[in-house]
Formats: sequence, C-alpha cells, structure tokens
Amino acid sequence: MILEAPKPGRWAWFGWFSIVFLIAAQAISIAISPPDRDMGDLQKILYIHVPAAWNMGICYLLVAIYSLRYLWKRDERNDLVAASAAEVGTVLNGLTLALGMIWGRPTWGVWWTWDARLTSTLIMFLVFAGYLALRAFVEEPERRAQWSAAAGIFGAINYPVVYMSVRWWRTLHQVQSAPSTLDPAYTLSLRLNAFAILFLCIYFIRRRYEAALTERVAEQTLQAAVLGGAARG
Amino acid sequence: MTESNGRHKRRRLGVIAALAVLLGAFAWLIFGNLDQNVVFFLTPGELLAKGTEVVDKPVRLGGEVRPGSVKWDEKTLKLEFQVMDVDTTQVVRVNSKGAPPQMFRDGMGVVVEGRLGRDSVFQSTNLMIKHSNEYRPPKEGQKPQEMYRSLIKGSGA
Repeated sequence: MILEAPKPGRWAWFGWFSIVFLIAAQAISIAISPPDRDMGDLQKILYIHVPAAWNMGICYLLVAIYSLRYLWKRDERNDLVAASAAEVGTVLNGLTLALGMIWGRPTWGVWWTWDARLTSTLIMFLVFAGYLALRAFVEEPERRAQWSAAAGIFGAINYPVVYMSVRWWRTLHQVQSAPSTLDPAYTLSLRLNAFAILFLCIYFIRRRYEAALTERVAEQTLQAAVLGGAARG
Repeated sequence: MTESNGRHKRRRLGVIAALAVLLGAFAWLIFGNLDQNVVFFLTPGELLAKGTEVVDKPVRLGGEVRPGSVKWDEKTLKLEFQVMDVDTTQVVRVNSKGAPPQMFRDGMGVVVEGRLGRDSVFQSTNLMIKHSNEYRPPKEGQKPQEMYRSLIKGSGA
C-alpha cells in the first residue's frame, strides 16, 4: 500500500492550546485548593499523578483498538496510530509510577512496596517498554505491525486489572476517590488537569503518528527509487 | 501485499488464535486462584486466628492504630502501639524501632512488616501508613479516625 505523507503544521494550534490549558489548569488548581489536612501541599502531586494514570488508560485503549483494526484491515496506518498511542501511554505510565513514589515516600513512609496495584502498574509499564523495544528491533514493517499488535493487545488488557486491583485485592494503595470523598475544590482541580493531560495526549499522539507516517513514506520513496534504478541498470 | 490471499487469511487466523490463547491464560491467572495469593496484609483478627502457624514467620499486619495506645520513647527510639481490627476490635501489640512516618497517629491506618513473637507481640521491621481515598482541608472538631474505618473494611472485600 502506497502511503501519503501528512500535511505539516495543521495541528500546531492544538499544541499551543494544550500547553496553555495545562499551565492554566495548574495555576488554577494551585490557587483554589487548600492544603490537605494530612499531607499539606503534597496533595498537589495528585493533580498530575491521577490524570496521568487515567490518560494512560485512554492511550492503552487506543493501542488495543488500533491493533485490532490493523489485524482486521491490514492498513499500516492503524499500526502507526497504535505505536504512537503506546509511546505516549508508556511515558504517562512512567510518570504515574515516578510521581506515585514521590508522593508515597512522605505519605506511606516507603518509596515502593509490592502490593497488587504498584506491582501490576509496573508490569504494565514493562510490557509496553517491551512493546517499544520490539518495534525498534523488527525492521520489516508488516512483521513488526503483526507482532506489535499482539503485544499491544496483551499490554492493554493489563489496564482494567490495574484499575480494579485496589478493589479486587487488599493493597496499600488507596481505592479510587469519588467526588463524595474529595473537597469540591480538589475535584474541580483534578478534572481540569485531567482534561489538560488529555489534550496534550491527543496532540502528542497525533504528532508522533505524523512523524511515523512521514518516516514510512520516506522509506517507501527510497525503496521505489532503489528498485527503479536497479530495473533500469 | 505480495502474498496470496490464502496465506494471508491463514496467518490472520493464526494471530487471532494466538491472541485468544493469550487472553484465556490471562483471564485464568486473574480470576483463578490468584486472589488468595495477593493478600497484602492480614488484619489482627486474621493473624490471631492463624495461631502458632504464623509465629516467627515474616508477615504484614494491617489495621488502625488504637487511639491512646501509642508510646514513643525519644531517647531509645522505641515505638509501641496497638493495631486494632476494625471489624472484630481484636488487637495486636506492636513494637517498632525508629521514628514513624509523619502521618502516624491515633486512628491512622497502618501496615507493619515483621514477625509475631511467641510472646504475642509483633516485632515490626517496617512501618507504613495506609492513606484513605479521602482528601479534605482540615476542619475544626473533625476526628480523622472515622475515615479509616471504611478504609480498612473496604480493602478486604
């Protein structure tokens, strides 16, 4: 299938919008939310930790959907979307773990413990790190897409387990909060930041997809030129 | 796209079959016997119910710091308190060493790692705070204990 390169610069405005939205969301949440009674201002870490965790779920859902679509339709562009979503998801997954540890040390008293939530989140991170490594090692596009689709689906089914782990098993990590367990200022701040990270996610996935597509188009052009030259010679 | 259609279809079937096996294995892992093995901590009631079986074995104990039970010696860094089971009100005495995490106080959720001694005192090697899913600015006259009741109870089910 002959791919076509995306038109550059179309999404730049959305990138700026996302960045401004994130800065505004952070500023508003720092301004309106009072310190927590237990942890003081440490609570503000959760305005990135929790949105990162939610949005990595959205990224991994995209990985699953586009991997399945690839297996169904065999359209290479689906594979590239899945790969872009996996990249962004892995970054958010790492961010979730890192911020969780920074929050956990002063709150729980430990950086890390092997409870079901932390362990399953780490496993999911490792699966997607493996997914990205797999893509880097397999040269042939069709084979890479097939293997990646399988790995991506396997990785994505971890997410519901990670999400439910605090309810299915006894963990050190707290169960999900709800608006009833949060101060209204916290709920609003959390939602603002969740949307900020979502917009940023959409932007990064789109740009990574454009980059991947452009790269593939360049590869195809080069291949055609080499083959054309050989035929003539 | 150079492949013939038949080979393509066979391959697709193969991938789908492999995925089905993978999903099945995963579901079996998750919904099979795994839940019995991932108990992060035992409540005082559960620990005491096991009797001599758990004496001197590494185990985690989780519950609520019994209000009024905390004794902290600044000179020897010895910390003594009792962990209470929210459901059964059974209590285990805990000895710990070193300064506890900042949020340690009466009525707080805790998980301690260590061993239950023959004298029925739990020797802790690591003390962790279990935070609830509630986040609120401080209010006057509010007791923090209430929120940990639901916390410890909810986490077991």
